[in-house]
Amino acid sequence: MTEPTRDTPRDPIRDNPRDNPRQGRIRDINGPIVTIVLPGIRNGEQVRIGELGLFGEVISLRGEEAIVQTYESTEGVRPGEPAVGLGWPLSVELGPGLLGGIFDGVQRPLEKIALQSGDYIRRGLDVPALDRTKVWEFEPNRELEPGARIGPGTVLGTVQETQTIVHRILVPPSLGGELDELAPAGDYDLEATIGRLRDAQGHTHRLKLFHRWPVRKPRPYLRRDDGVAPLITGQRVIDTFFPQLKGGKGAVPGPFGAGKTVVQQQVARWSNADIVIYVGCGERGNELVDVLETFPQLDDPYSGRKLMERTLLVANTSNMPVVAREASVYVGITMAEYYRDMGYDVVMLADSTSRWAEALREVSGRLGQMPVEEGYPAYLASRLAAVYERAGRVETQGAGSGSVTLIGAVSPPGGDFSEPVTSHTKDIIETFWALSKELADARHYPSIDWVTSFSGHVHTAAEWWHQEINRDWERRRTEALALLARDAELARIVNLVGPEALSSAQRWELEGAALIKEGVLQQSALDEVDTFCSPRKQFALLDLCLFIFRRGAALIELGVPVQELQQLPLLARTRRCKSMFNSDQVDQIEALKADAERTFEKIRLEYAQASASSAGNV
Amino acid sequence: MSIKEYRTAAEARGGLLVMKHTPGVAFGDRVLIKDHGGGRRNGQVIRASDDETLILVFEGVEDLDLESTWVRFLDEPVEIALSPELLGRVFNGLGEPKDDRPPILSNIRRPVGGSAINPAARTYPREFIQTGISTIDGLNSLVRGQKLPIFSGSGLPHNRLAAQIVRQARLKDEDTSFSVVFAAMGVSYADAKFFRDEFASSGVLRNVVMFINLADDPPVERLTLPRTALTAAEYLAYDLDRHVLVVMTDMTYYAEALREVATSKGDVPARKGYPGYLYSDLAEIYERCGRIHQRHGSITMMPVVSMPSDDITHPIPDLTGYITEGQIVLSRELHNQGIYPPVHISPSLSRLMKDGIGKDDTREDHPRVAAQLYALYARALETRNLASIIGADELSERDKRFLRFADAFDQRFVGQGEAEDRSIEATLNLAWELMSSFPRDTLTRMSETDLAKYYQGAD
Ligand SMILES: Nc1ncnc2c1ncn2[C@@H]1O[C@H](COP(=O)(O)OP(=O)(O)OP(=O)(O)O)[C@@H](O)[C@H]1O
Ligand SMILES: [Mg+2]
Repeated sequence: MTEPTRDTPRDPIRDNPRDNPRQGRIRDINGPIVTIVLPGIRNGEQVRIGELGLFGEVISLRGEEAIVQTYESTEGVRPGEPAVGLGWPLSVELGPGLLGGIFDGVQRPLEKIALQSGDYIRRGLDVPALDRTKVWEFEPNRELEPGARIGPGTVLGTVQETQTIVHRILVPPSLGGELDELAPAGDYDLEATIGRLRDAQGHTHRLKLFHRWPVRKPRPYLRRDDGVAPLITGQRVIDTFFPQLKGGKGAVPGPFGAGKTVVQQQVARWSNADIVIYVGCGERGNELVDVLETFPQLDDPYSGRKLMERTLLVANTSNMPVVAREASVYVGITMAEYYRDMGYDVVMLADSTSRWAEALREVSGRLGQMPVEEGYPAYLASRLAAVYERAGRVETQGAGSGSVTLIGAVSPPGGDFSEPVTSHTKDIIETFWALSKELADARHYPSIDWVTSFSGHVHTAAEWWHQEINRDWERRRTEALALLARDAELARIVNLVGPEALSSAQRWELEGAALIKEGVLQQSALDEVDTFCSPRKQFALLDLCLFIFRRGAALIELGVPVQELQQLPLLARTRRCKSMFNSDQVDQIEALKADAERTFEKIRLEYAQASASSAGNV
Repeated sequence: MSIKEYRTAAEARGGLLVMKHTPGVAFGDRVLIKDHGGGRRNGQVIRASDDETLILVFEGVEDLDLESTWVRFLDEPVEIALSPELLGRVFNGLGEPKDDRPPILSNIRRPVGGSAINPAARTYPREFIQTGISTIDGLNSLVRGQKLPIFSGSGLPHNRLAAQIVRQARLKDEDTSFSVVFAAMGVSYADAKFFRDEFASSGVLRNVVMFINLADDPPVERLTLPRTALTAAEYLAYDLDRHVLVVMTDMTYYAEALREVATSKGDVPARKGYPGYLYSDLAEIYERCGRIHQRHGSITMMPVVSMPSDDITHPIPDLTGYITEGQIVLSRELHNQGIYPPVHISPSLSRLMKDGIGKDDTREDHPRVAAQLYALYARALETRNLASIIGADELSERDKRFLRFADAFDQRFVGQGEAEDRSIEATLNLAWELMSSFPRDTLTRMSETDLAKYYQGAD
């Protein structure tokens, strides 16, 4: 018997051995949780519910019953209405046309949905993520000849997805064999065949510009690698004090209004990643609009092109159905892995993972599962860990190197970091940017608290800084943190016994710490100049502040009164420096340092003369 | 499915009624309940299955008996009738008249549950609203389409402040005032009357729709009231092109009603007995506010949230703060000093301020004035705190200046008359007057140009 050549698309996700969709009926509707009777359906299978055809997913089976979580509101659905099993798990479409777009929690394109259903989202809409009518210019990989052995991750060719991003068309992870044919250069739509591959069993597979992947299954790679390079975000308190690596995992916890979203948006804007995936998970609609309206206008500081060309958004706003919120994080991370497979450095921002965890809690509560802490199910910690585990720097199946950095906002109730989501997250991540209400209330932004935040990547980052920027980076960083620690100690003393109890040297320490806080740590996202700060400028500012502090301290030791130093106009100028000079004007900051050097030298000489003459008078 | 009646009540507890064998009833549908005395109550299906239907009874299940209770399934969602006649009227949480006038007749009927706005259809709110209140306009500006709650406590003047804002709010260079949707949940008769009189005396009553559920009205009705009110607001904004200001008071009573029902449903509690879905539930309400592409009207929202025991970390203000675009926080301390409106600026915030102020909207120095005032006030509060420990006499000259600033700021910038409608220029000029008590070099948030133009100090 000869195996027929399959010319129907063999889609690893949707090619289901069971031919017909199965139909069953609805038995119970409890908010987003619907019980259906449908023998033979699989766990994880996609289902369409009721006459409206709402989308959902089987989350557990019990005899002939299946429990379905629906991604859409079940208002108006009745027991007895049909339920149809689709045969495949929740999956996403991966191919050119993702960048620049905004998708809902199950990857439906929201801009297209707006065209079809107006300002409010209608239910039961089945709109594919990728535009089938769009034609892409495909450039085949010239190194591939028919007969070549190809496997998962082999680059079949490229498509210029946006001006900045070349989309590499890869053999999907589960396929491998011999290349039968590869299409010549030309214009193709997504459904067109751009190649054929014969697998070990002799089946022929049609290859297209896109494929599907089930979101709950991590995409395979060859090997995990350690992170080597810092993710530069242009934010001083991050890059200089609590650095993140490309491929790292991080969290930004903080009470409401402390600045989590701003931190994430700043990373989305200014980080030196190739691709940015921003998942608005249970947060405000207007925050996504902000990105949608501003990113097409902003220039990427590295490529010079518009930021939107490397960005894609996943949106499940707080008023959208809760279950799709749970899905949105998986949808986002799968797309991130896909671009990593192409060899890119991807950053995924999830705002907020607490809302994701609450979606888990909501579903588990409706299922009557035993809660363990604050209503959360026992599997909260393992689910969180599994999501973060999908980040990382890897050697891809195509033997390139790529990374996914995952940074999640955490919204602890009442700002209490001991609550379950924050504390479990803290155990998983390596970089912790803890936002403080006190700092935010005092409008010290970003309100990243230098005492409670940490980074496990300082030594790795130091290698990069020492090589690229300055050999003194780690030393300066430590010096600044020590000064800030002294400041906290002295503040306690002042609060007990008043400022008069401090020595001149101690007062100068307070002044030095204030300089670090205002001149280095504080960085307004709204300041046109200071919103992004290059590593060189970061170092120059830090170096300047510490230099002033050290030289001042030396003068005080000689007996110069601290008041004289506190009045130096140079201190105000140093505080303003960050907004006066942009990242190309680092020489100006260095010039200011030279100025400071002269000023201090002058005071020293004057003082030495004065004390010499007074000594002479004795 | 059509209208059907059943007498199969099996259980009644905590606002809930369980019906047996009512096949084919849709989740979310409206029902009418006839009790033993012939009285009518309204309800909504909140769980539907083959053998059992769970009904939320808005008027409560007090003194229902199981035998003689009839339930009529109306085969329609909970909805209200909408027409321009809404304006000037008073309704309850279900949209039934409360003013002895006939119900609204209209063939426009919409489900009160609403549906989610597609984020891709939103427009970012950026039009500055002048409220005439310095702490808001100057430091926590409100823009059209924003949701900005007032966090308050019992006995604090949040109602007076809300009323003052309704009276004074307008776009900077426009005279058109807002249409107002007023939603009262669980408030006292006196509070409701206060607002009514306010609207009447400022002559806006023709432009106001009120939805009222008083403290002694059935609590379960509070669950639909804000939804009904917002459905009316959406109609006014998007069908009639009006700019709508929605005042909702008090969200705390709303959340308490929700907790009551959740508890009797047996929902797993998250914090302080509130169900885990309180966040999403509140978000469904608050996120109905905003601006939409190519629609002329808008919905701006000002909910009042009273903080139980003045605790901002209590789940209701906490979850509200996580959803809204900032908050105006009232302080008991300032109130006790006789300062009105007692806005505590440190925890107050407006997240949408950034795009609504500055050169083209208010004045070029505005963003930096706000940042500078905040920085000075933060330092001033630290100093005040220090002075309370070691005594003001022990402070340095520098610190004493901060102390004087703190007092002047509270008295003159925060404090203003209830009828005082300050223009944004007046607010900014007052800010400069106060800041000019500091040496020029202290004002590091200001640009050189600002200082040259507005600084009034000696050096
Ligand atoms: N780096 C920054 N520069 C300037 N302003 C900032 C900065 N960070 C935060 N802010 C201010 O703080 C406000 C609140 O920040 P943000 O919206 O990021 O808070 P959040 O922690 O995400 O709150 P929520 O949990 O409620 O979403 C912003 O609207 C902005 O005004
Ligand atoms: Mg946020």
